Amino acid sequence: MKTILGRDHPLAVSGFAGPALILFGLFVLLPLLLAAAATFTNHRLVSPEPTRYVGFDNYTRLLALQVTTVAPLRDATGEVQRDDEGLRYPTWRQVRQARPELAGYRPAWQFELGERRVVLAATDPLFYRSLINTFLFALLVLPLQCGLALGLALLVNQRVAGRILFRTVYFAPVVTSMVVASIVWSFLLNTDRGLINELLRAVTGNPDAGPDWLGESSHALLAIAIMSAWQGAGFQMLVFLAGLQSISSELYEAATLMGANAWQRFIHVTLPGLRNTIVFVLVSTMLMAFGLFTQVDVMTSGGPLDSTTTVVYHAVRSGFRQQDIGYGSTITVVFFGIVLLVSLLQRVLLAKGARQ
Amino acid sequence: MTRPIRHTLLRLPMLLAMCALGVVFATPLLFMFAASFKHDDAIFANLASWTSYVPDAGWSLANYAAIFERSNLPLFLLNSTIIAALVVVGGILVNSMLAFSLSRMRWRGRGAVLAVVVAMMVIPFEVIAIPLLSLVARLPWPGVEAGMLTWRMGWFNSLHVQIIPFLANAFCVFLFYQFFRDIPPELDEAAKMDGAGPWALFFRIILPNSGPVIATAAIVLFIAAWNQYLWPIMVVQGEAARPVQPGIQQFFGRSNSWGQIMAYASVVTLPVLAVFLVFQRQFVASVAGSGIKG
Amino acid sequence: MTARLFLLATALACHALACQAQAAPVEIKAWRHDTGDAEMLASGQMVERFNRSQDRWKVVVESIPQGSYTESVTAASLVGHLPCVMTIDQPAVPNFAWAGNIRPLDDLLPSAAVAPLLPGGRGVYEGRLYSVGQFDVVLALFARRSALAREGVRVATIEHPYTAQELYDIVAKVKDGGHYRFPLDLNGKAKGEWVSYGFSPWLQSAGADLIDRADYRRVDGVLNGAAALGVARYYARLFKERLAERNPADEKGFEQGRSLIQYTGSWKARDYAERFGNDLAVMPPPDFGHGPRVGAASWQWAIARSCRHPEGAAAFLAHALSAPEMAAMSRATGLIPVTVEAAALTERYRPGGAGRIYFDFAARYAIPRPATPAYPAISAAFEKAMSDLRGGKDPDEAMDEAVEAIEYDIARNNGYRNIHAREAASK
Repeated sequence: MKTILGRDHPLAVSGFAGPALILFGLFVLLPLLLAAAATFTNHRLVSPEPTRYVGFDNYTRLLALQVTTVAPLRDATGEVQRDDEGLRYPTWRQVRQARPELAGYRPAWQFELGERRVVLAATDPLFYRSLINTFLFALLVLPLQCGLALGLALLVNQRVAGRILFRTVYFAPVVTSMVVASIVWSFLLNTDRGLINELLRAVTGNPDAGPDWLGESSHALLAIAIMSAWQGAGFQMLVFLAGLQSISSELYEAATLMGANAWQRFIHVTLPGLRNTIVFVLVSTMLMAFGLFTQVDVMTSGGPLDSTTTVVYHAVRSGFRQQDIGYGSTITVVFFGIVLLVSLLQRVLLAKGARQ
Repeated sequence: MTRPIRHTLLRLPMLLAMCALGVVFATPLLFMFAASFKHDDAIFANLASWTSYVPDAGWSLANYAAIFERSNLPLFLLNSTIIAALVVVGGILVNSMLAFSLSRMRWRGRGAVLAVVVAMMVIPFEVIAIPLLSLVARLPWPGVEAGMLTWRMGWFNSLHVQIIPFLANAFCVFLFYQFFRDIPPELDEAAKMDGAGPWALFFRIILPNSGPVIATAAIVLFIAAWNQYLWPIMVVQGEAARPVQPGIQQFFGRSNSWGQIMAYASVVTLPVLAVFLVFQRQFVASVAGSGIKG
Repeated sequence: MTARLFLLATALACHALACQAQAAPVEIKAWRHDTGDAEMLASGQMVERFNRSQDRWKVVVESIPQGSYTESVTAASLVGHLPCVMTIDQPAVPNFAWAGNIRPLDDLLPSAAVAPLLPGGRGVYEGRLYSVGQFDVVLALFARRSALAREGVRVATIEHPYTAQELYDIVAKVKDGGHYRFPLDLNGKAKGEWVSYGFSPWLQSAGADLIDRADYRRVDGVLNGAAALGVARYYARLFKERLAERNPADEKGFEQGRSLIQYTGSWKARDYAERFGNDLAVMPPPDFGHGPRVGAASWQWAIARSCRHPEGAAAFLAHALSAPEMAAMSRATGLIPVTVEAAALTERYRPGGAGRIYFDFAARYAIPRPATPAYPAISAAFEKAMSDLRGGKDPDEAMDEAVEAIEYDIARNNGYRNIHAREAASK
């Protein structure tokens, strides 16, 4: 049961809330509204042409999706053509020439189903792929970073010699400029001469061991997730540390008296005491993961084969680099909406969980 | 087995784990630091071997001398320090006050504001960068010229353009909010009975007992301010107000001077680590000295 | 009373005439990209010499880090904060001109200064000159004679360059020899404009191009035509068969002997010449059928439309283009001068000089990048296509995608019609 000072004097409230709200309003919400307004125009970064209202054109271009099937190429006798990589299909451009309703669409994903190829075509396939990449990245980085952070916090919380030094070392990556960290990691991850593959080769004894971390579309996102976890774990470690230190030691003493061992103490005292902190760490890590940009920009430029393009990277590339502000804003506004929905969903689920 | 030995034996695997993790965490930074003492050729001579992570026999401070010669690094460091310090102090004040009003005061629209603040945590900076740019180009700023108050149009090429938009930080508000929510309400009651109003309650009781969260918020704000890169590129074209991070781009060009890049990065990273080292003792001390728990 | 009025009038008149003899020099603001090396020093000295040579104008240079130069200038142009003079990478000049940020130089610069400029020293858009440069860079294949001899490879010359097929065969054979893991170094660490600068000449050498230069509108059939696809397949093959490294850690592969042949720009020329002396072999780029081609033009100077003292800016530019200044810049940086006269003044590039071969490459093989405002989009699309090819994407699909991205950009910008010419014509 919480009591709060009764309904407060409006002057006091505005005194406390005012400064931050004004700053938010002016420097975050107003630009956001301007960006949202830009989504209905063809506003460009530098252009002599006047900006025109284009209605929902940007949204249509962003979101339009169609599913279609493609038959393989057949030769004169009606037999399907094959090469060493499987069935041969016409190029997308040829498919489109045959089907005018697909004008402006490019494949986002395609997979083979029997002797046909199913294609999900979109007017901006990169948007959908970047959406998947972003969520995938969040899924990868969340357990890595938060798990690591919790582990580090537990270790550093012990009365061990030199824990201040360890704490600083674990925190050091957080302070390092992301640009430089990305560069050094790309040295580490180099297929031929990077330390990581060198270690793999030494450990497995196989001179060909060691994947092409940043060059294969199957590995690149994982490599970036590992690097991001390295970079961010130190900060979450501090948050966990604060949470750990706020658990009353009496609870631990009581548990020991009741005969609980270290693992049981962890499950029944530590974890429940950290509940709020865990929620906070998970939520904040997830939100930061959605904003992934710098590492991708420096290490992979969205490649290979668009496997590391995230939504923010796509937006910056379209908006700033290709100078299409209207479209870049559309990407971010839609993404903002999606993430908002996800956070709302999370809160609802957490609230339900708390009530049970 | 006697207790002390068992004690040590239990600690040993933990110590080993910490050391192993320490190596993993430190390796990239060791590379950066070691490379800053080497000649460019030496850095890549043997990338795969452990010698890349320690300075070599021919180590020198040539790279460090070069970066101070080629760029105005002391000025950039000063700018970044001022910006970061003001962002931290101003940010802690402004964000904690909002969080206080959200958690411990009753007012209409409180729930909606909280929801909006949480939503704002989601917005990456790149989304609002360009409209924000147009906005600050049109804002006036007071100045003094010949003893008279004048107004300058636009905030470009200044320190305040790198400070003021970043004082209000949704993440920090949320941090403070969560912390304040856990402070027992008995404190408020006691204060009320003593006749203290919300201001006294906030500044004399709540804030002094918020050591850990203030330290965390300070670190968040400091790092965000110190690592600012995209925004200064957009709003600061001259050297006078340039902070540290954009400066590193100077060393990337047709021929990257890797040794100098690493030296620059080291100069930019190590002071912050030192600050953290100092700050974290405060952090530990304030938690130990806090009278709330127990 | 009348005397006072008379004095006042004289004072005002004198002030109005600016009493030029005693007036301080007018400040001209200039921005340049910061390359942080010998170029900066040389540039600074040039500015100083200009300021000292006359007292009407004083050029003040602000240097902006090269890595973020475009973003800085774009942001400033958005809010009208551009300086009087600035450096621009030549292929981006038409885009700046179309956007209305810079003004034509034809009437501002004396023809004596402009006429001798080689194509690599000019930035032209729709027949008008918008930027002028002091130096040029070309592309070359670098190798060490001793290494080539050991592998049994001939040295290509300007009369007998390697054909593309020959280069492939050489590199494949060398890889089998086992001395080099990645025999060919394509400067893979460099991103951004390097890709278009370095590899669009291969398209031109094959008879294709980035865009149809007749109207700068048609891309379909040009960038994804048979000739272009041939180049794309060639490029993809080099990486698929691991003849070139996909993601090199650094640009030092050739220097440190890990690659046999490096394809890069002549900015490395002086460095390599110092390092390897006579052992250095400088060879033309591969010939894809229509003769080797190299890119042309580098960073150049332009005058902003918003400049209030264009005559001062023009005076500065004319000074930069003078033969002694150009020669001084070349001597300091090792880059190629863009007039025959200036070249004659330098040790390296005068006839018979050690670097004359680069000057000859430029004269013989250079094709500037397409002078269209669509160039930034073209460059970005091409870079992405090359990146996808390295990752193993089907060449047809990759080039098609690039074509569509460029077409979309052109359509979205109303064909990049020249609004200012239209306006000027209608006045």
